[in-house]
Amino acid sequence: MNERENIFGRIREALRVKAPVPGSHDSKRGGADGQTVSEAEAAKHIPEWLPPVGETFDQRVELFRENALDLKAEFQLLDDPREMEAQISGLAVREGWKKVASHSGELTDRACAVLAMPRLVADRDYDIRELESCDAGISECEALIAQTGSVLVSSRSSGGRALSVLPPHHIVLARREQLLPDLPAAFALLRSKYASDYPSLISFITGPSRTGDIERILVLGAHGPKKLTILCV
Amino acid sequence: MSAPAQQFKHDAERLTRDLRHRSLIQTSLKKYEAARDAKKSRYRDWQSARQTAAEIKWDAINHLDTYLEEFVSKLEDRGSRVHWASTSEQARQIILGIIREKNARSIIKSKVMTGEEIHLNEALEKAGLTVVESDFGEYIVQLRHEAPYHFVFPAMHLVREEISELFQERLGSKPTNDPEELMMIARQVLRDKYITADVGITGANFAIAETGMISITENEGNARLTCALPKVHIALMGIEKVIPKLEDLALFLPMLATAGAGQALTCYNSLYSGPRQPGETDGPEEFHLVLLDNKRTHLLADAEQRDALHCIRCGACLNVCPIYRNVGGHTYGTTYQGPIGSVITPYLRGLQSWKHLSYASSLCGACTEACPVKIDLHHHLLQSRRNATAQRPIWWERFAFKGFAFVMNRPVLIGLATRLARVGQKFHPLINGTRLDPARAWTRSRELPSVSKQTFKEFWKSRTK
Repeated sequence: MNERENIFGRIREALRVKAPVPGSHDSKRGGADGQTVSEAEAAKHIPEWLPPVGETFDQRVELFRENALDLKAEFQLLDDPREMEAQISGLAVREGWKKVASHSGELTDRACAVLAMPRLVADRDYDIRELESCDAGISECEALIAQTGSVLVSSRSSGGRALSVLPPHHIVLARREQLLPDLPAAFALLRSKYASDYPSLISFITGPSRTGDIERILVLGAHGPKKLTILCV
Repeated sequence: MSAPAQQFKHDAERLTRDLRHRSLIQTSLKKYEAARDAKKSRYRDWQSARQTAAEIKWDAINHLDTYLEEFVSKLEDRGSRVHWASTSEQARQIILGIIREKNARSIIKSKVMTGEEIHLNEALEKAGLTVVESDFGEYIVQLRHEAPYHFVFPAMHLVREEISELFQERLGSKPTNDPEELMMIARQVLRDKYITADVGITGANFAIAETGMISITENEGNARLTCALPKVHIALMGIEKVIPKLEDLALFLPMLATAGAGQALTCYNSLYSGPRQPGETDGPEEFHLVLLDNKRTHLLADAEQRDALHCIRCGACLNVCPIYRNVGGHTYGTTYQGPIGSVITPYLRGLQSWKHLSYASSLCGACTEACPVKIDLHHHLLQSRRNATAQRPIWWERFAFKGFAFVMNRPVLIGLATRLARVGQKFHPLINGTRLDPARAWTRSRELPSVSKQTFKEFWKSRTK
């Protein structure tokens, strides 16, 4: 408790002298002494500077698709939940899955029902080693973000903390209305949905896990999934 | 000259001559530049985004007490434990204390630069604990018993052959030069470490005051696993990481990725607001946050350079710095390399011993231009030079400048000096580069420009005759 007071003491002492506002060394933007700036004013403009996202649903789906391709994630927009079931069965056969992990949810339950194999349910108590041995993790999400090609998950929407990152293939099942234009919209959604009680993990997943640590050469499947498949119905 | 300054000079000289090293770094950074420019061009207005980011950080840092208090009270409400450390030693003791209380033996770490700053691994190993770095680059440099070469790309100075040899030697793996296979070797080894680790240690890229969350940016998924599997999660962060609102991340997350790695967004950007909550089936039972000052308040007290605390550690200033690109990351001998490291290290470790870093700059301003939060880096390097000389004047430098001013103010003396120099340079080749050479610091690696045969005054006179 003592160090806390010491640190606060030093901070308050230091802040007695005002710092010049940002841009005051930059003649074009100039700022005089004694000026001040605030987060509230500055943050209003965030959406205006970020990459454009298009106006219509079709444009945003297209943008999401382009981003997914760039990120080496698989993305499919499906017309019917039955197509989703077919996609899942197809993947299971092609990749020779023996066991999957999932959580209970309308889409996940439906998808897993067509798989004739053991299913680990991560929203009940489960064993980590068992999850590690699963061939795929199938989860729902909070949202998809067109601007960055990201999937927004939380410990509440997507079966806890490990399901979306431990198995080698992460399959995300999303609904069309979950596609959001940009990052500010994603944060607005989180606020409106959870403001009083946030999930303990919220994560933006942007493509399959990767590293460039050897000679800046892209390698997929670092510690997380090597593959990311997003099926949107 | 201070010991760090001597070491810097020695290593810088050696590495600038190492052409293999230089070409390796240039190739890596050219790839980064191409990716960064492609992603930057997608922003509607990158320059305005920088200004907004700088303004938000200004607000955060200049009201640090208010935001820190809000952040900590929100965190504690959700069952997290917050610890305060004024010094490195206190931070190490706090972390060791938590580990001992839990009877933990093995620790998995995701990339924590503050951990490097306080030499955490050494302290843990000395206490008989096993610590494993899980970030691929960090894992490689840990196996080599080396410091990170770059605070974003820790193993940028190594080629795949070297990593392969290292793995053969330390892990008994088969020889391979395929980056993917090398990653798989590390993945296999580390998977088991995550599952068996008692404690996970991470850093934090941002702390959100309003919601009491920490935000961690990564590509590999190692931080996600570090925060998911062990029973105890300890996060170590500097007190300057606080930002006011959740929505501010809509700007900082993409800018960090673009400036830092040439990505639109890094692969995982995760927010943690405490230990496992009621109704959740996994995640740690305990979450401890250690807040570190370690002289950050010293930098905060200098209003002129306070904006150096706005830094989001993207590493963009290192990547564009002509000095960094030639002398390499280890030469700095600091936790934070490149221009930002040269600005903050004198505050963290002492101005007189580290003032030489402010001269490790051509003042070209590429760093300031690259900084996503508009830190006035190259001017700060100049200010540090001024501060260092004001604090401890160098008598012969003062004397030399006084003499210079005396001569320059007197045309007769300038004329005399020019004529003397013209005669003197004839004899210069005799002592060129030797100990007797007064211009040795210059002539050791460069040619001395010759004095013109005719001064302007002489020319003007001859013309009007």
